[in-house]
Amino acid sequence: MKRFMAFVRKEFLHIFRDYRTLIILFGLPAMQILIFGYAVRTDLTNAGIAVLDNAHDEVSAEIIGKLEASEFFEIKFHLASYDAIDAAFKQGKIKEVVIFPENFGASLTREGNATVSIIADGSEPNTASLVTGYTTAILNDYSSTLTRQVTSALPVINPEVKMYFNPNLESHFMFVPGVITLILILVSALMTSVTIVREKEFGTMEVLLVSPLKPWQIIIGKVAPYFFLSLVNVIVILLMAWFVFGLPVRGSVALLIAECMLYILLGLAIGILVSSSVDKMENAIFISFLTLMLPSLLLSGFIFPIENMPKIYDYVSMILPPRWFVEIIRTVMIKGGGLAVIWKETLILALMTLFFIALSAKKFKVRLGEGTK
Amino acid sequence: MTDQKVIEVEQLVKKFGAFVANDNLTFDVYKGEIFGFLGANGAGKTTAIRILCGLSRPTFGKVLVAGIDAARNPEGIKKRIGYMSQRFSLYEDLTVTENIELYGGIYGMKMKEIRTRTAGLLKRLAFEQYGNTLIRSLPLGLRQKLAFAVAVFHDPDIVFLDEPTSGVDPITRRQFWEMIWETAARGITVFVTTHYMDEAEYCDRVTIMNEGKIVALDTPAALRANYGTASIEELFVKITRPKTAAV
Repeated sequence: MKRFMAFVRKEFLHIFRDYRTLIILFGLPAMQILIFGYAVRTDLTNAGIAVLDNAHDEVSAEIIGKLEASEFFEIKFHLASYDAIDAAFKQGKIKEVVIFPENFGASLTREGNATVSIIADGSEPNTASLVTGYTTAILNDYSSTLTRQVTSALPVINPEVKMYFNPNLESHFMFVPGVITLILILVSALMTSVTIVREKEFGTMEVLLVSPLKPWQIIIGKVAPYFFLSLVNVIVILLMAWFVFGLPVRGSVALLIAECMLYILLGLAIGILVSSSVDKMENAIFISFLTLMLPSLLLSGFIFPIENMPKIYDYVSMILPPRWFVEIIRTVMIKGGGLAVIWKETLILALMTLFFIALSAKKFKVRLGEGTK
Repeated sequence: MTDQKVIEVEQLVKKFGAFVANDNLTFDVYKGEIFGFLGANGAGKTTAIRILCGLSRPTFGKVLVAGIDAARNPEGIKKRIGYMSQRFSLYEDLTVTENIELYGGIYGMKMKEIRTRTAGLLKRLAFEQYGNTLIRSLPLGLRQKLAFAVAVFHDPDIVFLDEPTSGVDPITRRQFWEMIWETAARGITVFVTTHYMDEAEYCDRVTIMNEGKIVALDTPAALRANYGTASIEELFVKITRPKTAAV
């Protein structure tokens, strides 16, 4: 154990002495959170909308007036029929269409509830969720003023939100799970593969192998600090998401951390596998980038919704860990779901982790054994 | 140098599939001896050293290193030996002291012992002012000497030096060999491979390997006398060339 600790200590020294590693470790997540966070517009002024008023009654006119009067919206079109919606969206001047059904006012005052359909342009998920959010707020505000006038019942307007173009709207805080996924893969897989390959390239691995340290101690000793730092990173990202962007973890924090640990473990296993397959640091970087970073970015649903991709990409993304992990993080963090909801994704990641650990252990043994001269 | 054997090799055979890398090697190395291990590239030197260091297992034959069986307990061997490779083996981004502490720790030494010994070592090498210097900023010669000092820091029974002086200037090589002599005088056996034939002359005994076999093993003087050559270099060429040419 003492031998092992001496070795781990050295690994920490490597990390803290190399300012580039430190920048990647801690600067990058902070930077990404800020960039992605601020790239998401959180204010809304004069967004173009269209109205399809099938009711033509007092209540619908009043609500339309309120929408128009707010600084958030500007009514560009008064549509005559459902057929006009598609054309209106394709012109690109409007972000949403607000549709009042026939007898809207009557059912609201008589039955106490009525439905307003909101169809938003889902091709811009962030704007869409903002626009629908503001519209819903205005509707709620209006129905609460009605409450005071009509005392017999509590009239409720049910906003029925639909997305045009992107029916399964990605939350505009999707970037936080995305950044976590990206950073964890970067730190755990890429950096560990590089640090192990560096020992090989500089010839220090030889000396370590001749030492009384067991091969597994060498590998665990090399990756343990990265496991620890990755966790610190997750916590930093979560805190930033919370304090800078007001995005708390809705589900269990313990579960979220546990899932992150699983994913870090998976990343480390992949990193070890990569490191046992190459002898040069450039190759380790190249392979990690190609097989891990790009797919994490493109096929995890982080930037481009998988639903909008051709089916084949959907299948390809299934063998990639980030896809499942993004889903887990999104569920726990944003939707507040528990293990009951994500057990399947968790199981898949756990199996992948076992597979990669087994594979890299086998590969490492073969390489150390009789294969080389 | 004494009569106590620290390495005993009897009929060592190492095969990789059909290829025989070590063909029936038999030799002993004694405590405090400087044992030169020569041979052209591909002669089977590295394979033999890997077995002696516990990295690889013999296919047949008996190999005892510091009294430990290489086939049964290679991990046990690792605790009793030191190793320095041709490639530079200290961490460039760590300081001199940190490197020493790392290797001391890996070999299971106590921190207190490491501290006292480090002070002694730095003094002996006249390195006191370099304790907190990064290896990166040391000249190559100093690094190489330090690498050797680190390889014997935990007082191993045997230290394996795999082409330790590759790419080192003649003056540093000379100083390096002085360190080797001192180490051997302390009772640590030095097992060294080299491509510099003048260095072979510094060894107590020299082995020459060719195509997996030991073709010569004796003191440099005896070898020169037996083969009637003026130097080990001449002898090396004489022994290894004809066969290589025939292939």
